Amino acid sequence: MALVLNEEQRFLQDTAREFLNKRAPVSELRKLRDERDELGYSPELWQEMVELGWSSIILPEQYGGLEFGFLGLGTVLEETGRTLCASPLFATAVLGASALLLGASEAQKERLLPAIAAGETTLALALEESNHHKPHHIETRLTANEGGYLLNGSKCFVLDGHSADHLLVIARSSGEINDPEGLTMVLVARDAAGLKCQRTIMADSRNAANVVFDNVALEADAVIGELGAAWPVLEQVLDRGRVAMAAEMLGLARESFERTIAYLKERVQFGVLIGTFQGLQHRAADMQAELELAHSVVLQALSSVDDSPEQLPLMASLAKTRLNDLVKRVTNEAVQMHGGIGVTDELEIGLFLKRARVAMQILGDSGFHQDRYASLCGF
Amino acid sequence: MDDLEDFRADVRAWLEANCPESQRTPATPDEQYWGGRQASFASEDARLWFERMRDRGWTAPEWPEAYGGGGLSAQQARALKDEMNQIGARPPLYSLGLWMLGPALLEYGNEEQKQKHLRAIVNGEIRWCQGYSEPGSGSDLASLQTRAEDKGDHFLVNGSKIWTTSADKSDWIFCLVRTDPSAKKQKGISFLLIDMATEGVSTTPIELISGESEFCQTFFDNVKVPKENLVGELNKGWSIAKALLVHERKLMSELGSESPRKVLDPVAAAREYLDFDQGKIADPELRRALTRYQMQMHAIGLTHMRGFEERSAGIRSAAGLVMKYLGTEAEKVKSELLLAILGSQGLGWEGEGFTTEELDTLRLWAGSKTLTIAGGTSEVQLNVIAKNALELPQS
Ligand SMILES: Cc1cc2nc3c(=O)[nH]c(=O)nc-3n(C[C@H](O)[C@H](O)[C@H](O)COP(=O)(O)OP(=O)(O)OC[C@H]3O[C@@H](n4cnc5c(N)ncnc54)[C@H](O)[C@@H]3O)c2cc1C
Repeated sequence: MALVLNEEQRFLQDTAREFLNKRAPVSELRKLRDERDELGYSPELWQEMVELGWSSIILPEQYGGLEFGFLGLGTVLEETGRTLCASPLFATAVLGASALLLGASEAQKERLLPAIAAGETTLALALEESNHHKPHHIETRLTANEGGYLLNGSKCFVLDGHSADHLLVIARSSGEINDPEGLTMVLVARDAAGLKCQRTIMADSRNAANVVFDNVALEADAVIGELGAAWPVLEQVLDRGRVAMAAEMLGLARESFERTIAYLKERVQFGVLIGTFQGLQHRAADMQAELELAHSVVLQALSSVDDSPEQLPLMASLAKTRLNDLVKRVTNEAVQMHGGIGVTDELEIGLFLKRARVAMQILGDSGFHQDRYASLCGF
Repeated sequence: MDDLEDFRADVRAWLEANCPESQRTPATPDEQYWGGRQASFASEDARLWFERMRDRGWTAPEWPEAYGGGGLSAQQARALKDEMNQIGARPPLYSLGLWMLGPALLEYGNEEQKQKHLRAIVNGEIRWCQGYSEPGSGSDLASLQTRAEDKGDHFLVNGSKIWTTSADKSDWIFCLVRTDPSAKKQKGISFLLIDMATEGVSTTPIELISGESEFCQTFFDNVKVPKENLVGELNKGWSIAKALLVHERKLMSELGSESPRKVLDPVAAAREYLDFDQGKIADPELRRALTRYQMQMHAIGLTHMRGFEERSAGIRSAAGLVMKYLGTEAEKVKSELLLAILGSQGLGWEGEGFTTEELDTLRLWAGSKTLTIAGGTSEVQLNVIAKNALELPQS
């Protein structure tokens, strides 16, 4: 088990931090927001990330990948959490790449994975149909049609939905609304006839969309994996996504915490630094303890993807719950401990607060994962 | 790596052959062997197990062989511990000498002191207790007042210590004493070893809310202590005390993760004492509380592992600093959770109508309250984290 990064991974992390601080500091997200950027991220920046190999970190070499595993990916994601960097990294290189890697046929992999690695294709996973994460609550229908299929239904909270080249859509080809059985994953071009995509402007100023499928016609080979049997693959993809999101959230938590600690060492009231007040010290120290736990949990969750997949479901739910709770607490405390300036738009802390709330909903809130963890433990 | 695997295999075979079956369950307080002049073994098996481990030096696996230890590397000692946990083997010897004084002597003691005291600890001949706290000095330990006056060939000690765990069962006490009353606080303190059989040393037990009286007030009335019992330099005892506290806190932080099944396991207790509905605990509040506790322990266990891996890799680990706080707070949560799960069946103090486990649960619940006080209170731990990990300004 790897709870310590090796030299290669540390190097990757240092490079990522340096690159992001220079090319994508938090001010870049603010700029995208203020300019109401159409795409919601910078394609030039993404190309540079691709050149660094980030689009292919988890992909095997045979598809042009770096094959650094999830622990490697996690170090980069943690850094993107620190600068709130908007990019296709999560939707494409984590969710999309994992779905294809685990579910696609060899021919599909050879067609799509090198394109992802090269930064020529971006993907989005179209899963959710309601305001809470319910991965088998799927009504979107896939029906047979002239040797291919027709897709009907609608999706919400599709990360990168309005910018990705292709959507990986989870649809129901048989069964009832809550059955894990009968789900199928299909690849749909975003410009397909009958597909309507509405970008949603969310709190975190990042990309999400609502998507409607109105008799979208698909070829037979649009199906990724087996018809009606997407669930086991999907569950692994979601767990990988949860773990990756937890890594991003760790970076977010650390950055907002460190900025707050720095402020406690700088702001003077009553003639002394506010960091001398024990009422604040104890809250900060308790958060530090929680951060230490979160660090271990995230590392173990990431390495369980690489080394012990049988642990992954439990670790993913542990990591997502702990990090959900941590970012909520740390960002709230960050605002509070900054006082009045903490609630201004000018201070970047507000951007961390807002990203935290969106991240908390991605692939399951704490209620969802607590319930799942308990069930996996048998109670 | 291969060597380590060979070592592990040897250890496994040896334990299999030498650890009596009866010593492969968690020890009850009565079964724990603490050594010392007053000690006796709870059973013949306990004696065998202790002697076999002692003869290999494995009561103190990492201490040098010259002092009766096992001379193992950190990795080997870890492997030994893992293998013991694997079969549920209980520690052959419980001892403050092993856990606290020994490491301090190895670092600060002179050769004579090491020769005299370490082997006696390894062999379980002498039981030690810790004389730090005083009636007026708890969290603010450095304000301690017990005096040790230099009388030429000896120190003359006067004063009293309190909360001295097992003072009435111990042979020797390691003490912090004031040797320079004019110096400021930390500066005038020395670290002194005192034989409790010396004239003028007496103890009075104190009863706890758990019903036990595991600690005492210890009095020193014109006690003559030989000069050779001073550890380290005169008036430099505070740095030894601090080093020792690190060992104590590390020990306490491992309570939850290292002592398997001594108490009811909360999940097993839930199965036995709670209603289930379609595989889930029916009471949503208790199910939630149990889940949060399990997650916390899971995270704490992983952080212990990370700390170990970091130290093995030579990385300075900040994780250790928070573990006493987290581990002891989690133990209290666990005890409260068990009471909640057992309901009125968990409230029996003694007598009929309750199983032993149920009675123990309540006693352990009361006992758990000591954990966040002993060895530095939780509030003091938070102060330490704020100061040393976060480097926040001090008022
Ligand atoms: C089971 C048990 C075994 C023990 N065994 C031993 C032993 O063998 N040898 C020995 O020497 N001692 C022993 N102790 C003593 C222990 O170290 C002290 O009880 C502990 O350090 C607290 O001191 P106190 O009891 O005087 O409480 P106080 O220091 O008076 O604390 C009272 C309250 O004030 C809070 N407080 C104090 N200072 C601060 C601060 N700066 N900031 C915020 N809050 C603060 C504390 O957290 C606590 O809540 C034992 C204690 C227990 C409970």
